[in-house]
Amino acid sequence: MMRLPVFRLHQPESLSDAMALMASSDGETRLVAGGTDLWPNMKRRHQSADVVVSLNRVAELSGIRGEAGGEVRIGAMTTLAAVAASPIVRAAYPALARAVESISSPAIRNMATLGGNLCLDTRCTYYNQTEEWRTSIDFCLKEGGTICWVAPESPRCWAVSSSDAAPVLCALGARARLVSPAGEREVSVAELYRDDGIDYLTKQPDEVLTEVVLPPSDGVQMSFWKLRRRGSIDFAVLTAAVALRRDDDGVVSEAAVWLGAVASAPVRSEAAEAVLVGNSLTAEVITEAATASRKVATPLDNTDFTLQWRSKMVIHYVEAALREIAGLEQERLAPNHAM
Amino acid sequence: MTPPRSGQVIAPDQAPPASAPGSTQEDDLRVVGTPFRRVDGWAKVTGQTRFADDLTFPRMVHMRLVRSTLPHAFIRGIDTSKAEEMPGVVGVLTGKDMPEPFGVLPVSQDEHALCLEKVRFVGDPVVAVAALTEDQAADACSAVTIEYEPLATISSVDEAIETSEPLIHDYGDEGNLHKKISLQFGAVDDGFAQADEIFEDVMFYEGSTHLPMEQHAAVAVPEGGGRITLYTSTQTPHYVHKVLATVLGMPASRVRVIACSVGGGFGGKSDIFSHEIVAAKMALVTGRPVKICLNREEVFYCHRGRHPVLMHLRTGFTKDGAMVAQHLKTALDGGAYGSYGVASTYYTGALQTVTYGLPRYRFDSIRAFTNKPPCGPKRGHATVQPRFALEVHLDKAAQRLGIDPADLRLNNLLPPDSITANYLKVGTIGLGACIQAVVDGSGWRERFQSLPHGRGLGLACGSYLTGAGLPIHWNHLPQSAVQLKLDRMGTVAAYCGEAEIGQGSDSVLAACVAEVLGIGLDDVLLCVGDTGLTPVDLGSYSSRVTLMVGRAAIQAAERARDRLAEAVAEKLDVPADRLVFAESRVFDSGNPENGMPFAEAVQRAEEKFGALATTGSYAPPRAPGRYRGSGVGPSPTYSYSASVIEVEVDPETGLYRVEHVWIAHDIGRAINPVLTIGQVEGSVYMGLGEAMMEEQVFRRLPKNRSNALVHKVPSMLEYKSPTFHEMPPVTTYLIEDPDPEGPFGAKEVGQGPLLPIMPALANAIFDAVGVRIDQVPIGPHMIRKAVEDKAAGGDGRYGPKAFPDIDFGVPLMVPTPDEGGDGRATNSEEAGVRKGSGTMADGVRKDSKP
Repeated sequence: MMRLPVFRLHQPESLSDAMALMASSDGETRLVAGGTDLWPNMKRRHQSADVVVSLNRVAELSGIRGEAGGEVRIGAMTTLAAVAASPIVRAAYPALARAVESISSPAIRNMATLGGNLCLDTRCTYYNQTEEWRTSIDFCLKEGGTICWVAPESPRCWAVSSSDAAPVLCALGARARLVSPAGEREVSVAELYRDDGIDYLTKQPDEVLTEVVLPPSDGVQMSFWKLRRRGSIDFAVLTAAVALRRDDDGVVSEAAVWLGAVASAPVRSEAAEAVLVGNSLTAEVITEAATASRKVATPLDNTDFTLQWRSKMVIHYVEAALREIAGLEQERLAPNHAM
Repeated sequence: MTPPRSGQVIAPDQAPPASAPGSTQEDDLRVVGTPFRRVDGWAKVTGQTRFADDLTFPRMVHMRLVRSTLPHAFIRGIDTSKAEEMPGVVGVLTGKDMPEPFGVLPVSQDEHALCLEKVRFVGDPVVAVAALTEDQAADACSAVTIEYEPLATISSVDEAIETSEPLIHDYGDEGNLHKKISLQFGAVDDGFAQADEIFEDVMFYEGSTHLPMEQHAAVAVPEGGGRITLYTSTQTPHYVHKVLATVLGMPASRVRVIACSVGGGFGGKSDIFSHEIVAAKMALVTGRPVKICLNREEVFYCHRGRHPVLMHLRTGFTKDGAMVAQHLKTALDGGAYGSYGVASTYYTGALQTVTYGLPRYRFDSIRAFTNKPPCGPKRGHATVQPRFALEVHLDKAAQRLGIDPADLRLNNLLPPDSITANYLKVGTIGLGACIQAVVDGSGWRERFQSLPHGRGLGLACGSYLTGAGLPIHWNHLPQSAVQLKLDRMGTVAAYCGEAEIGQGSDSVLAACVAEVLGIGLDDVLLCVGDTGLTPVDLGSYSSRVTLMVGRAAIQAAERARDRLAEAVAEKLDVPADRLVFAESRVFDSGNPENGMPFAEAVQRAEEKFGALATTGSYAPPRAPGRYRGSGVGPSPTYSYSASVIEVEVDPETGLYRVEHVWIAHDIGRAINPVLTIGQVEGSVYMGLGEAMMEEQVFRRLPKNRSNALVHKVPSMLEYKSPTFHEMPPVTTYLIEDPDPEGPFGAKEVGQGPLLPIMPALANAIFDAVGVRIDQVPIGPHMIRKAVEDKAAGGDGRYGPKAFPDIDFGVPLMVPTPDEGGDGRATNSEEAGVRKGSGTMADGVRKDSKP
């Protein structure tokens, strides 16, 4: 079997202890939440650490506070299973519940956390491989090498943002609370990301993502669609998250259209939003908005499926999400592959 | 439509032959044919079964292998000095410690336990390290340095054809072509001349691997007196035994191989693997038990799975849809070693003739060496790829000829007891009943071509061996044997070399013995898969175990029954032929009160004859073919299957979902209907995996920057295999028409039901959206592309464009039985039949001497 390397593990019981341990530890230090991403990565040796500080026993980081209709705060250490099962989340943010419920498998969702999912390492089929395998390609830009094998002429890394929660939270305008020994700050979830496969988070190494703050959802209509090979386990190769408000005449007054798994960060389609705002959600408007959304997606050959087809699917998935909100039939997208 | 009833058993009208081995009168069967709990079931569901990786021994050490990180290179130096100094390290081995070559086929002795001079794929094992803990062994492996001199990488059949240097191996039929075959049965050109229509197709079948849940594991234990015991997850303990003795240079009597329960084989544990040999050597060198359990990535490198095969099929039809001649060309991407590949190559042509009448047939094939893990046998071996091609080809022909695809097949069924154009002797054929069952079950007659756009039905058939007729090591010996020891307390111990790989072979063995002796399954004690204690059975491959072990068990049990009957007859003073063995008693059929318990019967017999033990064995009947290559394809009997698949396709995206599978399987007789249906459903699942998503594929980095060629995704996350979500409801029909060769009339079920699945899906997609996908797995992007192509006025097809231009030379000409042939080739000299390098038919040549 694959073995974890030797490292020192701390399991503090308070946030302040965790930050103190982060600050005082020598060598490469990492935080771990549920461990469903970090441990396999460490087994394959593409992430490493001398010291790992686990947030598992920090009770203050778990739990969901607030009420449907008001602001809702979800602790970063709340498990995905708990988020998906939460009556508040299901009532006020059904797209988030759907996204979180679609992640991997039940066993993983019982361990993995919302904060961990937001900080998920970017993924690439040249990178998420064992050390021996990566030796065979002389490594890659993201870890140990000098070339991005996905795009050898490119100076940057094209690993993919694979968080399912991220595009939904971006579309909902959620904020993330970051705490460090120097103080704390709140940023929009969208600002948490950078379109770079290596340096994909704006969070500083000494900052802990403690909480996600969701604005009141009154009047917001939302949807989330996900494309992947199988109905379980697989990471997404495309997600479409949409949130919008319509006035009494059915005219869209605000719209947020976000795509996941088609770049190194969640990407927003302002072009699609511009088509929607000021119009009613007719089939024609939806098709036009969906078609406009394709431009921001830059799928490359480093996930499952062919990149040309994934690119075409952007239109269909954004269209399906919008049609769902509009109460229109969602064609015949095979349900196992969607949601 | 009536709701599907899974597991329906259908007996065709004709009376079963009275001669089915083991049968007396059908009504008499008490165990056989009854759904019973598998004999190893309790231990497996409660965790009591000891798999190889569960074993531990005092002083046991752990071994790991250093594998090549280059696809093709000379080894210029190996430095293990640092590793030897690492904490906990007790032993280090390299290729020179085991220089004897080996291979599962006598004609392909091209592997070494650890690479000697060359590495041939990323993952080829080079160095072994044993240490007190697995972590220490892994750390020490990292300290080994190997100096390579890289060689050009050959990544595909096309590259192998183009590239004669460097050679991956210094043997083979031509350059980097391991094998080249050309066989012609009958006047094929005359056949095409009689055709009203000639159809051609080029098809591709991607490679896939077995994906067993259990990773390969082995523990080697040095025993006193210079003996070694190897516990291993294998389907073929006998072959492992032979190779171990050879490579270790030890008498076979000092080597014992014990096949542990296997957590999934599917053909992937039927070869002899490097880690098995090296563990044994390491145990001998260190004097300590040595364990190795491969990680998942290494399991992908062991492989020996489905060959990627490109196929060209050309068939002449009459207006009525009868085939008059066919020419099949196949090109196999073999990977880096021979493995079972020569057999695989022949198998891509051998079984094209056993389902529908085909009077004249030509078959050309190549197998290329490439720098990838070696391919070999996976469920259905290499008959799966050409079956896909044939069944899709027939679907297209039916469409063009305006004949219902079910009728095209029903009208052209091969008659029972035929000898085919390529000299396969076929016994009972339940294919017609299979087709009828799935046609009725699916509502085919009303629904095919009548469903709304996006929904479709597809039909396809298949056939498979019930055991390979010839052994791998050519000889006249029995291919299976069973010994019974009868205990005076009433226990019957059955000894047999068979390997339980989850398919239920232990249950079949116990059932055959229990049925004949009239005792309970619990009264049969099994000792299996142990080369030190059990008589040889060749192993769990080619769907041979139920038939061959079953026949041997019946013979051994009948001999035991005869002895008991003689003693009991004397005691009860009734004629022996009036005695009945049932319910753990032996009694007079005319007066059931007059009898005795089974244990007492054993005691009476032991008094009369002394200690009681009997043996039984089985050798398949001799096949009629006498030409070079005729050794691949014969079987005591063939199973048949038919399937209808219903699919929902979204033409906008190409995404599709399999809604339902109806499948009928000609089982002859089900020894245990529950296990039989389990095997059918397992085949459907594995078949859908290959049809929909599974692919063992490789990445070639840009040639101007790198020589690398790596497995694209050697992990269970990214190697896509269906989950529960993708598994549709399955309706199974068992067609029972006992075959005279089978034990109680039984045929195989482990592999055959996989064959119709892939073509049935492709055909269903055509019915749904009118496009042809001529390759598997069928990705949604292929459907989307074909739909776009059709909308743009194209032919609405996605698939390979052409078969490579290969000179197959003069084919070996074999006149068919209808042409008065006697099974021999007429032009062996002219056809340049090569000596030695090529085929497993060395034995067949010997056999051809009268």
